[in-house]
Amino acid sequence: MKILLRGVTRKFGSQTVLDAVDFEVGFAHTLALIGPSGGGKSTLLRLLAGLDSPDAGEILVNGEPLPQDEESLRRHRSRTGIVFQAYNLFPHLSALGNVMLPLTAVHGLDASTARDRAMDVLKRFHLAEHTAKQPGQLSGGQRQRVAIARALAVDPAFLLLDEPTSALDPEMTAEVLDVIAELRESGKPIILVTHEMGFARRSADRVAFIAQGGVLECASAEEFFDNPSKPVLKQFLERILKY
Amino acid sequence: MKAGFFLDRPASPARPAAKILTVCILLLVYSGLCWMAFSHSLKNWEQVWNYRVTFLNGWAATIGISAAALLLSTAIGALTALARRSAFLPLRYTAVAYVETVRGLPLVVLVLFGFYGIANAIGWNDRVSVGIVLLSLFSGAYIAEIIRGGIESVGRSQWDSARAIGLTTTQTYRFVIFPQVLRQILPPVAGQFSSLIKDSSLLYIIGIPELTFAANQINSATYSTFESFVPLGICYLVLTLPVSLWTKYLESQVRYET
Ligand SMILES: Nc1ncnc2c1ncn2[C@@H]1O[C@H](COP(=O)(O)OP(=O)(O)O)[C@@H](O)[C@H]1O
Ligand SMILES: [Mg+2]
Repeated sequence: MKILLRGVTRKFGSQTVLDAVDFEVGFAHTLALIGPSGGGKSTLLRLLAGLDSPDAGEILVNGEPLPQDEESLRRHRSRTGIVFQAYNLFPHLSALGNVMLPLTAVHGLDASTARDRAMDVLKRFHLAEHTAKQPGQLSGGQRQRVAIARALAVDPAFLLLDEPTSALDPEMTAEVLDVIAELRESGKPIILVTHEMGFARRSADRVAFIAQGGVLECASAEEFFDNPSKPVLKQFLERILKY
Repeated sequence: MKAGFFLDRPASPARPAAKILTVCILLLVYSGLCWMAFSHSLKNWEQVWNYRVTFLNGWAATIGISAAALLLSTAIGALTALARRSAFLPLRYTAVAYVETVRGLPLVVLVLFGFYGIANAIGWNDRVSVGIVLLSLFSGAYIAEIIRGGIESVGRSQWDSARAIGLTTTQTYRFVIFPQVLRQILPPVAGQFSSLIKDSSLLYIIGIPELTFAANQINSATYSTFESFVPLGICYLVLTLPVSLWTKYLESQVRYET
């Protein structure tokens, strides 16, 4: 998968979160985005997802520029698997209902085909006995696994995961990271924002450091963690790996 | 554990035996008191009984008017709540002006002005339909606020999730927002129904033969105030108490599901 950013700028009021970012990266399976809080990781991910548009510049995914108009953006979103940190699921629908909704409403599958497909994905993520439960009856880890199942069920071109484990305790974090590691085998490219440095190092092909309004470094996982070239990144890694 | 006069939160449930005993004693005491105070003025039942058809007709009218007004005011409330979220400013401001004006007026003023002012001026003389429309306009403003609150209670994250899976705005309302709003607003809307039943009594001032009007008429004809108005109160309670219990039930449902 290839991502290309050309002069991408995104401002909120007077605050410039992404400042004329030029960035190009290719990776086979997983790109990890790391960086300090408020550095613009989620903003970048939302641009890639088509949930938001840049104020200036251009984004190309696999050589295709992201569209400008809402209808094409909606189609782009429907072919992209997106998982946020929390509150992904619709609380009035069961786990199964959540996974089925995009299949029936957006992708035009009939109910029984959608149900079969949703059940397959839920089973794959060991959620078979929870399909009838509403999100309020699931643990945080189960909710995130359902959210990932929902994103994957539509057979997206790629997946965008924004800190999917940040709201979870260590045990649930492990259970969700297991699922993400398993996704590698599905062959879907993943862009993952995470604070789990160990996981990033083990499973990412490329790691990018986002801070101060741009992408300050992008390298293979070993190089990124073992030989960080920029002093800011060194400092960031020292601080975060201290404990 | 120290037993205080006021309950802890959440209140510890009373024992069933204590509940039943309390209710029985209270019933006895209060009905005894009422009997002592009013027994001499409650003896004109035969004369009032002659008017039972008037009374029942009034009761039927009250139920009919309230039900019709509930349907109409729900429609008005839903449209107004949507208008308040419209991107088209004139529509949004019209909705705001309507809601704030009506909520700032007593129902009597609205009924008097609407009937003697507007309806008479345009030659609309069917009292019952004017009454239903006025009552619906009144209640619609409150329902609009209930629905608006319900829509706003559905968090930003739901819109984001809906957009993320590729739903259109219309689909988002249909599959994500409305089902959640409905669950939120059912209890307060049921409560509004109870208000509607009570508020419909005010329509007697424009001469609609509903329950209060009927009781008043019987009182004038028979000079038996208590015998006319005690059944009146009971008839309203028979309608509003079940609605109120149903509202409580709906509230408990919403609480446990989310
Ligand atoms: N919708 C928004 N409106 C205003 N400010 C925003 C919005 N989204 C993000 N920001 C601001 O942009 C900055 C970067 O946010 P974000 O991309 O969420 O950072 P990260 O995900 O790296 O923690 C933050 O300072 C945040 O307050
Ligand atoms: Mg973020």
